[in-house]
Formats: sequence, structure tokens, C-alpha cells
Amino acid sequence: MTRISPDQSRWWRRWAGRAGSAVVVVWGAATVAFLAQLAQPGDRATAVLNLRTGQTQERSPDELAPINAEYGFDRSAPAQYLEYLTGLLRGDLGTSYQQHRPVWDVVSEQLPGTLALTGTTLMLAWVLMLAWVLLTAGRGRRIGGWGAAVDSVLASLPQYWLGVVLLLVFAFGLGWFPVVGGTGPVRIVLPALTLALPLAGFLAQSTRTEFERVLEQPFVLSARLRGSGDLAVRLRHVLRHAALAPLTLTGWALGATISGAVIVETVFARRGIGRTLVTAVESQDLPIVTGIVVLTAVAYVVINLVLDALYPLLDPRVTP
Amino acid sequence: MSSATVTTHPTAADAPVAGPAVVVENLRVAFAGREVVHGISFAAERGSCLAIVGESGSGKSVSARSLVGLAGPGAEVRADTLAVGGLDVRGFGERSWRRVRGDRIGFVLQDALVSLDPVRPVGREIAEALRVHGVVPRSGRREKVLELLRDAAVPEPELRAAQRPGELSGGLCQRALIASALAADPDVIVADEPTTALDVTVQAQVLELLADLKRAGRTIVLISHDLSVVAHLADHVLVMAGGRVVEEGPAGQVLGAPREPYTRALLQAVPGAGTRGQRLSPAPQVPLPPSPGRRRSAPGADGSPVLAAHGLVKDFPLPDGGRLRAVDDVGFSLRAGSTLGVVGESGSGKSTTARLALALESADRGSVELHGAAWSGLAEKHRRGRRGAISVVSQDPLSSFDPRWSVEQVLLDAVPGADHPTAAARRARVADLVARVGLDPAVLGRRPLTLSGGQRQRVAIARALAPDPDVVVLDEAVSALDVSVQAQILDLLVDLQQAFGLAYLFISHDLGVISHLSDHVLVMKDGRVVEEGHPEQLFTPPADPYTRRLVASLRRLETRPALERTTP
Repeated sequence: MTRISPDQSRWWRRWAGRAGSAVVVVWGAATVAFLAQLAQPGDRATAVLNLRTGQTQERSPDELAPINAEYGFDRSAPAQYLEYLTGLLRGDLGTSYQQHRPVWDVVSEQLPGTLALTGTTLMLAWVLMLAWVLLTAGRGRRIGGWGAAVDSVLASLPQYWLGVVLLLVFAFGLGWFPVVGGTGPVRIVLPALTLALPLAGFLAQSTRTEFERVLEQPFVLSARLRGSGDLAVRLRHVLRHAALAPLTLTGWALGATISGAVIVETVFARRGIGRTLVTAVESQDLPIVTGIVVLTAVAYVVINLVLDALYPLLDPRVTP
Repeated sequence: MSSATVTTHPTAADAPVAGPAVVVENLRVAFAGREVVHGISFAAERGSCLAIVGESGSGKSVSARSLVGLAGPGAEVRADTLAVGGLDVRGFGERSWRRVRGDRIGFVLQDALVSLDPVRPVGREIAEALRVHGVVPRSGRREKVLELLRDAAVPEPELRAAQRPGELSGGLCQRALIASALAADPDVIVADEPTTALDVTVQAQVLELLADLKRAGRTIVLISHDLSVVAHLADHVLVMAGGRVVEEGPAGQVLGAPREPYTRALLQAVPGAGTRGQRLSPAPQVPLPPSPGRRRSAPGADGSPVLAAHGLVKDFPLPDGGRLRAVDDVGFSLRAGSTLGVVGESGSGKSTTARLALALESADRGSVELHGAAWSGLAEKHRRGRRGAISVVSQDPLSSFDPRWSVEQVLLDAVPGADHPTAAARRARVADLVARVGLDPAVLGRRPLTLSGGQRQRVAIARALAPDPDVVVLDEAVSALDVSVQAQILDLLVDLQQAFGLAYLFISHDLGVISHLSDHVLVMKDGRVVEEGHPEQLFTPPADPYTRRLVASLRRLETRPALERTTP
């Protein structure tokens, strides 16, 4: 309904509030990341110089002066913070210590791979979870029990182990998928499955509980009394109610998937933010780490805003 | 709905045949080997209303759902005959059952608010039935939905069809639910407690709608615990108890001159103005133990009110920024040993009035006095010492008990330590309370969840009596109970009032209960008291138009069976 209502100003206020808190979350993440840079032990200019040259030695002030000037290490902490924040507003994430390039350039090369992995993971997890829950939830003690048991097992699978097993079975053993590399959508299947299977189990646990509760509701009986078939009842009535809980969890799952990408990209030798992050942490290339932290915060905030917009579509009783 | 020319059952085997619309012989239903319906038989003639009456657990709903193959998960249904419109439905598979549901039998559940999907517009629920049975082509569905809503006497069907159950009143929801049950034009309507969740005036309108359907030639199977609803609609009555048919016959005979003691007790249990001063249940009076010395010296012995309210006003903010006046200029006074009944429909402000009397809510204007001293408007710490003088029993006692506590813990918690300083004294007090409300001491060790509805309500009353109050606020305290259990609790309340001189503030939507119990009645509507007085002068004849409607909608059992009643 597109009637103009007195609710509209409240709608704007609510979304302004959400956007405001989203900005606060990103700002908080950026600030913590900045403080971590300051707290790095030892002289940062020395670290940068050693990183670039690959040597570890004491440096003279003459050697350090250009580095200090380049990165602004010679200025006060508040001044550095201010410059860092205004940089962020311009979309400038800083400059890598090691590669001597803007962080954004380094990260954006890796971003598409990780985004594809995360997106495929979330989609696969939802499809697997929905199919499994629709098939097994509320089908009596035995089937329902099996369904719930599989949920728990999946949810507790460690990703590094699962990745290796999938690789051994489907790539080395059966040869269905390329071990390393490959082209097109095929090469993303195993890495995405590695992340999606535990996530699907986790989402299914919360969906199943709600699904079985809703199946008992009088309006479901009412639909059956009207002559609706079992699948129609599950799809048209029950699923919509049961999908709310996993939708909320999906916001959280995005964060988990990005950290899972660290493992998966290593196991499957994929390019991506995860591996870049590991390398940056190992080499103490803090601007890269900070940049990825800020970008992850932004992604997290964006998906939660999208979810907020989706809720009222599923449950119109929630005011948008 | 008047698709007289269209026949949806083209095959000869399916063709409607003459004879009863529903025939059931020797129906047995068991769950996991435990039989709950023990071979019942009934038949519903075309164009008539068969009522199945019984209390919770009598097997009436399970029997009705067996007609559409939805007796419940794991149900084993056996019958010598199970025929709907001449069609033998025994041994039907899921696909065949789906053609019976909605198409041959329209089923209306109680409480439409939860029987319609809360996230979908009601129009879509009705359209679903049209789609499932292919009643009209997709393009004609919307028009048909509006027609069905119009036939179910829903005003502004275009607007209503787009609204969700939560946006509609209870009465409109129930009509929409009936419209969805009628979508595929079934010959038989099964209505399972169709009016239980509704206010009395709305209840009358829904019953009228069902009566119209009957007049239009449909067969109605009415499932109800409410004898006054049954009296209004039924041609033939089946009384069930414990999974068996206790008595059956024409409505006039069963309700007017019942043969079986069970039916007689059931009818006797219905409260009303005519039952004042009479016992409703056959159970004898609980022998009351001598009351230990009361804390206060006989309150209100001088005739002054124990609880008085003057000009109470309470507003609540609405989400759109406006204000809702829930209680508007309400005043009353309540004397010791008397009952003030407050009757009204949901949203009339009666529960808010009760909360104001209990000082759980602060009034925007006006005041409440307890024992002639200020009660409202004080800081809670000044009230706390006197809280014991006024206590409350709510509609759903279960949710007011800590489910992990035993009954004894629940009661011990309510016994004031100041009056009963030692653990032994408190235990003695609990034993005394349990005896007063007619409970077996064995319940003390049990948890509330394992008790029956009547036992729970007795525990709630015992807890309310624990601090030795002068006033008890009973907020819909018997509304959730079966009629025979309700009768026992009402008798208990009368006994306790006479023994201890308690004053009751009795809140209910049920005029029968109110007129049975009250000495003075307030009729509330939209937060205001529209009429007040002694129940007999109030209801015969009522002066206020709203009260008149309320009374008119109360379907009484016109001819009550002449029975010997045990007078207290």
C-alpha cells in the first residue's frame, strides 16, 4: 500500500537513527584499529624501513626522517587520528608499509574473490538449510530427530578440517573439481561449501525450532482444514515465520564468513582478503590490517541495514 | 456462493445423495494405543444444526476433526461408518482428504486471531481456499473474495481484504475465517467453539451469521462447551464426556428436560441472575476450618466501604502520538462481605480499573481509598505494609506461578512473615489455606503445570487469601474454566465470602457470572460506567441502550430444568 500516512516522518526518523548507529559502528572499528597501530611496540618508522628492505637493524635518525614525514609519524597522536579519519571520509585507507601502495589498491585487487566467496557461501548455506529443514522438520520423531542431529553435526564441523576433507574427496579422489585454480564458477564450489556447510547447520538449528513451533499454530491447522497440501502449508505459511530468526543470524554470519575466508583461502590457495590479512598480520603491515578491519565493519553494517529493510517484507507487523 | 448450476462433483460415485450430510457410526480414536473416543455415533441431517457439547477432554474436537482426517498426529481412527455427503471417507489418503477439506466440509476454528496467518492479509487466506479447490479462475479470485466477505457480513470488503488479522477486530476476524471456510461452497460447516474468544455482542452476531447459513440449507456441526450458544443454534444435541456420548436428542429435550445426571449437572452449573444464592455444583460445601485470629478487627463493620474510588481517569499514549482514555470518571465503593461486579467487553476499561484499584497503575485523576485512608497517589513504600489487605486472582493462574516452584513454595512465598514468624507457623498456615479452598494436601508437592485448571485456580485463590485480605480483586478469574469447574469455583468464592466477610471486586465479560455473584454491578463501555445498580433491576429492563444490547445478546437457557438445588 502506498498511502501517504502520518507514519512517514517516523519512518524517516527510524532510518536516520539506523544510519547514524551504522556510522558509529564503523567509526568505532576504525578508532580501535587506529589505536592498535599506535600501540605497536617499537618505533614504527624503523619497522616500515625494515619491512621494505627485508633487514632487521637499528636505523639512524637521518634514515628515519623521510619515513616519519611520509607517514606523519612525527606528528602528535590526535593530529594523526584526525588525518586518518579525514582520509577515511575521502575513501583513503592509508598506505601499505610493505608494498608502498595505497591500501585501497592492494585490497580492491583481492576484494572480488572474497566477495564472490562470501556471497556464494551465504546463498549455498540458505539453500541447503531451507531444503533440509523443509524436508525434515516436523516429520515425526525419527525423521525430525535425524534432521536435528545432522544440523548439530554440520554446525560443529571445523572449517579447516572440512576444507581438507572436501579437497581430498572431491578434488583428489573423485576429480570432480579442480585442486587448485580452475576457471569459472566451478572453482568456487568447494571453498564455498567449506564455509556454507557449518553455517547451514547453524542456521538450520534456529530455523527448525521456530518451524516446528509454527507448524503447531492454529492458523496452520486452519490452512490444512481449507484443503491446502503439506508442502503448500510449509512454503506459504510456516517458512515465512521461521525465516525471521536465521535472517537475523545472517548478519552475524557475514562476519563469521569473512574470518572463515582466512582459512579457506589458505587451504584452497585462493586470492582474497583473508590471505592478504594473514600476510599483513605476519609482516606487521598495519595499514592493510586496519583497512580490512574498516571494510569488514562497513560490510557488516551494510548487510544489517539490508536485513532491517527485509524484515517488514517477511513480517509486516514489524514497522519498517 | 449461489452456484446452483455448477456441480463440482461430476462423477457418479461423488454425486450427492439423499440422507444425512454426515453419518458417523462407532467412531473410535486412539493416540499411541490410548483410546480417547470410545465408539460414538451421530448423524447430522441436511440443513440442520447438530451440536456436540462437552467439557475439555471430552473428545468432542477430536471427533469433529476425524471428519476431515485431521484428528492429530499419530491418531488411529476407526469407524463402522464415516460418511460425508454420502461419501465413505474411511481409508482416505492425503490427496482424497484434501478434496473433502474445504470443499465438502468447511471448518471454522475458535479464536480467529490466531487461526488466520498473522502476516498475511485475510483476503489472501480466502483466496488460498479458492486456489486449492480451483473454484474460480485466477482472474476472478479477487472478485470472489470480496463476494465471500460481503456474504459473511464484513463491511467494506475491499479494505478488509487487504488487512491482516491483527488490524481487524475479533468479530471481523471470525467472519473472515468463516468466509475462508465457505470459499469452496461446502455443504457442511464444522464450527469448533466459533464464539469462545469473542465479546458477547459480537458473539451474537457471529451466531446469527451461522444461523443464516443454516437457513440457506447448509448443515452445521457445532462444537461447544457453552450451553447458551448451543441453545441458540442447535436442532439436535449430543452431550459428550470422557470420549462417550452421555445423552443425545432434540435440543429442546436435552436442554429442557435432560434425562442424565451429567447433563443436568452441566445445565445446573450455568450461572445467571436466576441462580443467585444457589449452589451451582453438586459438590458439597467445603468444611471451613475455624479461622485463626484475624489480623484486623472486623473491617467495615460500621458500614463504611473497605475500598472506594472517586472519579478515576486513566489515559494511555497511542503509538501515533494521541491518547486513549482507558478509564473515564469511574467511581465505586465496596463494602465488606459484598461483591461489586464490573462487566464490559474487551477494551471497555474494566481491567485497567482493577489495576487502578490495586494501585499497580497510577490514575491520572481521581483517587482510591482503602479502609478510608489514601491508597492511590502514595509512594509504593508507604503502601507496601498494607498490600496484604487487597489481593488479586487473575484469569490465567498458570502464568502467575513460577513454573519451577511447587505449590507449597508458591503459597509459602505469599504468607507474610510478620504474621507467621516461624517456619512451622508458615507451614501450618499453608495447610490451613489449602484446606480452605478444598484442595487435597497432596497437591502441595506438585508443580502448577501438573494441576488441572480448577486446581490451579484454587491454588491462586489460596495464595490471594494468604495475607488475610479484606478485598480480593478477581479479574476474569473463572473465564478460562469449564462450566462445571467454574461452578465449583464460584461456589467456593461464595463460601469464602460468607465465612470471612471478604469484599470482591469481580471483573468479567460474562453477564451470567456477574449476575450470579454480584450485589452491585457497573456496566462499562469505552472506559465509562454506562449503567450501574443491583443486577436484577439492572438487567430487567436495562435503561441504557448498550446494556440492553448486552443483555439481549446473552442467550439464556429459557427453560431451565426444574431441579432440586442444594441451597447453601
